[in-house]
Amino acid sequence: MDSATSDRRETRRTLSSTADNGLKIVIVGGFGVGKTTMVRSVSEIRPLNTEETMTKAGEGVDDTDAVAGKNATTVAFDFGRITLDAHNVLYLFGAPGQERFWFLWDRLFSGTLGAVVLVDTRRLADSWYAIDRLEHHGTPFVVACNDFGGPSHTAEEVRAALDLSPEVPLVFCDARSRASSKDVLISLVSHLQTATLSHTPEPTP
Amino acid sequence: MSRTRPGRDDSPDRLYTLTGGRSSSGSDAFDLVTLVVAECDPVPGMQSEHTAILRMCQYPTAVVEIAADLGLPVSIVRILLADLLGTGRISARHPRSAYRLPDPDILEQVLVGLRNL
Repeated sequence: MDSATSDRRETRRTLSSTADNGLKIVIVGGFGVGKTTMVRSVSEIRPLNTEETMTKAGEGVDDTDAVAGKNATTVAFDFGRITLDAHNVLYLFGAPGQERFWFLWDRLFSGTLGAVVLVDTRRLADSWYAIDRLEHHGTPFVVACNDFGGPSHTAEEVRAALDLSPEVPLVFCDARSRASSKDVLISLVSHLQTATLSHTPEPTP
Repeated sequence: MSRTRPGRDDSPDRLYTLTGGRSSSGSDAFDLVTLVVAECDPVPGMQSEHTAILRMCQYPTAVVEIAADLGLPVSIVRILLADLLGTGRISARHPRSAYRLPDPDILEQVLVGLRNL
């Protein structure tokens, strides 16, 4: 699963000394759906991998995966980076949609701009849980169907299968393509703009 | 992948040693994408992880990049960074949009940046 990432220390492009605002977008999806592929296709650095560990007794979370006797829950995630301008740097996180991941959502991804739910139309049910959790957390998102060359589904069919609200954008993409992945991110940020505009009721006096 | 790295060897004891026994930094001051900048050079006798952080942060470097490079969980890195911040050896550039709705100006800048890719 993480064979696509590198954990080798490598010389990589440093950020400009003026960089001062890190931004986050999370790409959520099931195993093998192309999260790391999408991160890699738009990232200026080779995707890196890191992890967060939650050690808390009695959470009852994912007991089978907890290291025996340590009550540890570990979530690994990939990320890449896009320098947007002299100040803004966008970090893209590829995160698994599995249950234990959501226990770390607030700790890792609070303040995220929004999320891309990457789906394989042959396995739409894999995305139900992620969509439910994003709605629960109030995180704006778009759904991107990665093209695996299988039988094509219409947008209406996918929307119906995912029970998607009409305001949530649905796009089709090829995660291997930089241009296509970039378009997915643009559709997310455009969606955020619309959502933000409709949520700015009180102008500051 | 087979290289043994701190934090990946199922040895929490070692992680506790790194942090002097602490498992929490007591604050969430460091976001995953807080950009860290070294304010001084490493000095002899400094904990090796602190030295490594100062070296890699000569230019702004996100918390998550530091964690990936050190091969340590993010929570451990936050503790190490809190130590360095407390002694003035690093400065932290926190994300402006955390914990609230994104600023429309920032969104516009993101959109422009993405379109220019």
